[in-house]
Amino acid sequence: MKIEAQDVHVYYGQEHTLKGVSLSVKKNTVTALIGPSGCGKSTFLRCMNRMNDLIDNCKVSGNILIDGVDINSPSVNINELRKAVGMVFQKPNPFPKTIFENVAYGLRVNGVSNKEYINDKVEWSLKQAALWDEVKDKLKKSALALSGGQQQRLCIARALAVEPSILLMDEPASALDPISTSKIEELIYNLKASYTIMIVTHNMQQASRTSDKTAFFYMGELVEYDDTRTLFTNPKKERTQNYITGRFG
Amino acid sequence: MKRSEKIIEAFLLACSLLTVLTTVGIIAVLLFETVRFFEVVPIWNFLTDTEWSPSFSKDQQHFGIMPLLAGTFLTTFIAMAVAVPLGITIAVYLSEYASNRVRNIVKPILEILASIPTIVYGYFALAFVTPYIQQAFPSLELNNFNALAPGIIMGIMILPLVSSLSEDALHAVPRMLREGSYGMGATKFQTAFRVVIPAALSGIAVSIILALSRAVGETMIVAIAAGNKPTLTFNPLNQVQTATTYIVQTVNGDVANDSIEYKTIYAVGMSLFIITLLLNNISFWLKKRYQQVYK
Repeated sequence: MKIEAQDVHVYYGQEHTLKGVSLSVKKNTVTALIGPSGCGKSTFLRCMNRMNDLIDNCKVSGNILIDGVDINSPSVNINELRKAVGMVFQKPNPFPKTIFENVAYGLRVNGVSNKEYINDKVEWSLKQAALWDEVKDKLKKSALALSGGQQQRLCIARALAVEPSILLMDEPASALDPISTSKIEELIYNLKASYTIMIVTHNMQQASRTSDKTAFFYMGELVEYDDTRTLFTNPKKERTQNYITGRFG
Repeated sequence: MKRSEKIIEAFLLACSLLTVLTTVGIIAVLLFETVRFFEVVPIWNFLTDTEWSPSFSKDQQHFGIMPLLAGTFLTTFIAMAVAVPLGITIAVYLSEYASNRVRNIVKPILEILASIPTIVYGYFALAFVTPYIQQAFPSLELNNFNALAPGIIMGIMILPLVSSLSEDALHAVPRMLREGSYGMGATKFQTAFRVVIPAALSGIAVSIILALSRAVGETMIVAIAAGNKPTLTFNPLNQVQTATTYIVQTVNGDVANDSIEYKTIYAVGMSLFIITLLLNNISFWLKKRYQQVYK
């Protein structure tokens, strides 16, 4: 197993946001996390790279093993962890830098200074994110001049540049138009060969199109976790049934 | 009812017109007297002559603004050299490192610096900072009146302006940008200096320019501690006279109202007005651009 979460609880101050979630993810698969707003799916995703550490008075308990290592143990270097577990956010968040420097950023902050290596890596990452052909002639232009969809693929390229093995995506297409969305989905499908992907989405079709497994969260609990096809065609719990058929949420 | 509404509206309009008229009036007087000054002294002399000696006898009079501007720029430069690095460091600490508790204590204390009367700063520079530097570094041969001490003190005076406004700019940077940086394994320091500061750069620039224009116009500190001798120098150990100090000295002296010497204060005042107006416009323009990027 690539990722194994065992009895994960998260508290924001007094609020108990995640109530004992256990879930295992195989290598090179796409796992979709679905559920209504505030159900804890994003919170769970942000446990994987310890993004919750940045939030004051947030407490996480339980075990999260990545490649068999407990990521919350004191011996884990958090910067190394976040390098290995890349993240793409809900809204494109390119840095106010050039396209090239955005992708090179992760390498530079990790101490890489070899120019040739950085050049190659930037090209490789942009190709992986299916953005290279669109930007290869304007690498020195500001990333903020790109369209929303291009910015999001740039953010994916940026995350890939530091060679993570896991990619976390927090509603990566929610701010994009349908064409950009389908490009991102196609990308997710292609990236599966090299990465283990976990994606939070509000869009049921997106979950069924892109993922191998789907986890349905409700009120901080993991209600059902199964093969995507099974979960969408033959859910075992009534709540799941109600949610995927649009009866609530 | 309708009638009383109208009266109130007229009253409010009159109040706002009053401030507009005052501004227009000040600029008109400044402009009018400045033009009369330049009828006597060619503008070219005013800008290029390297001596300023309006109070000398007629054949030795010089009207070169450069020594006064040199004094102004020298003290301002020293102030900025103190306020900018220190102010931005404080802003980064408060915005990126300090807990809410620390920030809520430190920020108001810093802002107290802005409420100290400038006259207090002035004699602090003269009676404390200058003697202290003289004692600590006797080999410097620091003049009793000099540009260094008031420059440093002025830097401390404008420090809250830089730190507070820069902190606001840093704080306004969306959290998503920080998370994007942390998400790739960047440290707090790298995130602060490579992502957050560049993203807040125009806001920081605005704070610096506002501080700059405050320092250029500052009068009391330099009037007390910088001296009264117009000198074209960039040596901070020397006595200098800033544009503002000159105006204070001349207004307080017994100079005939219609003399050319008296008119100099309008020309100098006009020069200061143009400089600060330019600076404020640059900061306004930067602010507008900045808001476009983030909305």
